Amino acid sequence: MCLGIPGEVIEFLPEQPDLARVDVSGVRRVINVGLLTDEPPKPGEWVLIHVGFALSKIDEAEAAAALEFLEGIGQAYEDELTALRESRIE
Amino acid sequence: MRFVDEFRDADKAHALAARIAALCEPGRQYKLMEVCGGHTHTIYKHGLEDYLPESITLVHGPGCPVCVIPMGRVDDAIHLASQPDVIMTSFGDMMRVPGSNGAFFDANARGTTIKMVYSPLDSLKIAKANPDKRVVFMAIGFETTAPSTAMTVLRARAQGVTNFSVFCNHVTIIPAIKAILDSPDLRLDGFIGPGHVSTVIGCRPYEFIARSYGKPVVVAGFEPLDILQSIYMLMLQLHEGRSEVENQYSRVVPWDGNPVALRAIGETMELRPFFEWRGLGFISHSALKMRGAYADFDAELLFDVPGVRVADPKACQCGEVLKGVLKPWECKVFGTACTPETPIGTCMVSPEGACAAYYNYGRLNRQRVPEAISIELSRP
Repeated sequence: MCLGIPGEVIEFLPEQPDLARVDVSGVRRVINVGLLTDEPPKPGEWVLIHVGFALSKIDEAEAAAALEFLEGIGQAYEDELTALRESRIE
Repeated sequence: MRFVDEFRDADKAHALAARIAALCEPGRQYKLMEVCGGHTHTIYKHGLEDYLPESITLVHGPGCPVCVIPMGRVDDAIHLASQPDVIMTSFGDMMRVPGSNGAFFDANARGTTIKMVYSPLDSLKIAKANPDKRVVFMAIGFETTAPSTAMTVLRARAQGVTNFSVFCNHVTIIPAIKAILDSPDLRLDGFIGPGHVSTVIGCRPYEFIARSYGKPVVVAGFEPLDILQSIYMLMLQLHEGRSEVENQYSRVVPWDGNPVALRAIGETMELRPFFEWRGLGFISHSALKMRGAYADFDAELLFDVPGVRVADPKACQCGEVLKGVLKPWECKVFGTACTPETPIGTCMVSPEGACAAYYNYGRLNRQRVPEAISIELSRP
């Protein structure tokens, strides 16, 4: 829950500008980007996601380091990804 | 992994360690608190203490939101979940936190429906899919997760959803730090500031620590080199007699935080007069509740919440661990009666709890071993 997980923005949902499809370690899910309205991310850019909301934009190097960190912590990240897989935000 | 090497270069780590050691004044002891459980995790996992001179002690702080939930709030949540037609939802981390009569998993075995969700938005979706049920989201977390709850409530109102409410347990980090600063148990020299919380609140809220208490604060990232760099920045301030707020994690944390997130919190929530923290007791203005204008989303108003205060199990010393007074292994039940499989205290439940982090990565020999550094750094 407390883990910030990096995701790459794939696309915005038609007619729902505050929702975007992201790729997190190969899992593609919809998240809310409404907290980044001051500086919206573009497809191909990376965001740090907390419980279904993008909290900040990050660059690719930061995303890679964060992913490595998460993969290293094992079970907690597995649990987070499992939860994300079951998530169906609309 | 060119990118990651940038944050884990062993030579850079050794160079930083040497610079940190050079800043230590002979005979002086330094106690630095890392507030955030994520930092505790990195420190144990990479054995960062082995890089530091004996005179620097890292003290683990209260920044694990699951760890600070008192047993009474778990009991209250289970009581809420036992009401007719209620579906309770919460993050997976909460499911195993013990109340006085078991955790959520145990309550479900007795007939409640407490579902794990990834996001409060998933809880809102459950509410929309089950109009004949009352769906309650047990919200926990610091300012990192509070904006998500706030945005979900705003969305629920905009969409006219009337069977969704929040059992709000959001806590705020600043009063907890102040409580620790005011505690006579512990003398600290500086703070490694939380990374993700600061993406929301920014760095300004820490300025009172530097100004009124004369302690330096460095907001830090989560990589091993981030933490060593932050310790270096703290030690440099101490060496030069400065106390300022600095941002080591500026690649993610803006100085002013995330104004949209702060507005969403301010719109939907307000400070409680006081809130009980596990181990730290009651702290003034340290938690959030739903604002009056959003009373129809406030589970504490919609339902009868007993609000009974439950004392922690006698054997559990999470309070002392959360305040940094005890190291995890100094607790009487650490690793014996209390393990991640059978946790007695919250610090052993959450992977970010100091006890779980130490249990998973700590060495049996608690002496520092500079010659056998366990850090998993990759040489370039």
